[in-house]
Amino acid sequence: MPVPIIKVEDVWFAYNEKVVALKGVNMTVYPGELIALIGQNGGGKTTLAKHLNGLLKPKKGRVLVKGMDTRTTPTHEIVKVVGYVFQNPSHQLFASTVYEEVAYGPRNLGYEGEELERRVKWALSMVGLEGLENENPYDLDYGKMKLLTVASVISMDPEVFVLDEPTTGQDHRGRKILADLCLKLNEEGKTVIVITHDMRFVAEVAKRTILIADGRILMDGSTRDVLTAIDVLRKAAIKPPQIASLSMALRERGVDVNAITINEALEEFRKLFSTSKGTS
Amino acid sequence: MSEYIVEVENLTYSYPRKSNVLVDVSFKVRKGEVLGIIGPNGAGKSTLCKALNGLVPHFYGGRFSGRVVVAGMNTLEHTVAELATKVGLVFQDPEEQLSGFSLTVYEEVAFGLSMLGFPPEEIDARVREAIEKVGLKGLENRSPFELSGGQTQRLAIATVLAIKPEVLVLDEPTAQLDPIGKFEVFSVIKKLADEGSTIIVVEHEIEELATFADNILMLNEGRIVAQGPARNVLSMVEELKKYGVNPPSVTELTYLINKELGAKLDVPITLEEAIKIYSEALGVM
Repeated sequence: MPVPIIKVEDVWFAYNEKVVALKGVNMTVYPGELIALIGQNGGGKTTLAKHLNGLLKPKKGRVLVKGMDTRTTPTHEIVKVVGYVFQNPSHQLFASTVYEEVAYGPRNLGYEGEELERRVKWALSMVGLEGLENENPYDLDYGKMKLLTVASVISMDPEVFVLDEPTTGQDHRGRKILADLCLKLNEEGKTVIVITHDMRFVAEVAKRTILIADGRILMDGSTRDVLTAIDVLRKAAIKPPQIASLSMALRERGVDVNAITINEALEEFRKLFSTSKGTS
Repeated sequence: MSEYIVEVENLTYSYPRKSNVLVDVSFKVRKGEVLGIIGPNGAGKSTLCKALNGLVPHFYGGRFSGRVVVAGMNTLEHTVAELATKVGLVFQDPEEQLSGFSLTVYEEVAFGLSMLGFPPEEIDARVREAIEKVGLKGLENRSPFELSGGQTQRLAIATVLAIKPEVLVLDEPTAQLDPIGKFEVFSVIKKLADEGSTIIVVEHEIEELATFADNILMLNEGRIVAQGPARNVLSMVEELKKYGVNPPSVTELTYLINKELGAKLDVPITLEEAIKIYSEALGVM
């Protein structure tokens, strides 16, 4: 068994006496995983995510990042390992040029000169914003602004990326670019944890999915298992992706199909239709 | 009076600092029709919404040519305040819609009506009706700041419905919401559509739109690149993909199956249609 990169152990967290946001959450993340965190707003997704890089500390229980306890380790040590991309770009962007925005993090980590240059260049090329170094971040359209927030985390080269609702407010092209980016970071060996409400995105990108509701983990498993756990999803008021719903309806009628994405469905129907007379 | 409640003819518009945001846009909407507007970000969808209630060009300035007529009123000849009684615009972010100083849900819905000078009994009747329509009954005394995302957006819709506009225009009303919020807001829109309201809605949630839109119009770089009955537009899979818009997954899947496997399935645009078509094709009805 590989060594976990993050361990969340019976974590409890409350913003005040009334609002208990996490109620005993356990989660283990291994290096190289690509995980979706899903669930309604107010269920605890963002609260949990902010525990992963020490932005929030557990009231009870503990979070270990590469073995470091987030309560006793300085936050600047934790953020070297876990980078956090905020939902709202304007909560994160502050520099006057794209270059400075992306250079800020690594400069803070002590990088300068050629290494700094190299990191900025690499980060911008990862998100496809090369050539925009001198632009003002606030002159970019929303989609590019979002990519810039990711680039400013990539330049710090953390091992884990936490992305908070990157798909919210994006058009389909923007969602595709972010999906490709998550996959690309993952292929580069990064661990990626992404919060999203877009179940098509989840089906096409994540290998593992964790469903959170009312401060607890309701389900944690392969994306296929979670997105087809119809009773659990119903309880959490989440609609599975359309292809998964189609597959489930056909399974109920005795058809052996288990696809959750368009590409999977195409391959499964290719086999089914070659043996069926229905389409000849 | 024309049989159309919205008539847009050759509308071309440039903001003071951004030109040709809309180019030669023409379409008509019948009373009781639901028109979905789709297209990538930056295509001009929000600008088109603002042209329908006169914010474009009265508030934003810029160069405007062509004609927009709503409920018999040419937008160039009427003020935004006059147009507001005919066209209700709901923004993507409900926070922008709300006054920010009402203490209760009831007061928030009443606010616009009292600004328009309605008598108190009329205000009360309209507020109750609007709150009922969006399913916020029982929350009249709640603070607007204590509502969930979906409730806040439904409150924003109620403030607009209370004016009893002839056309309801919604600009990505579910974009910022979680799945429950989306469900709540779509339920309200579907109910209003069933009751015969005229609705124009900008949406990226194409699979939802497919279940209630009569017609769909697709914008790209300010121009209409497709328009017609929802089924026709959503079945143009390659066109849609070309402009970066995903058709409903079941539509795209069926298009691919027909193309790659040489099948001749009817092309569904909703899940229910797809289940029926595939069940028949696989002989498992």
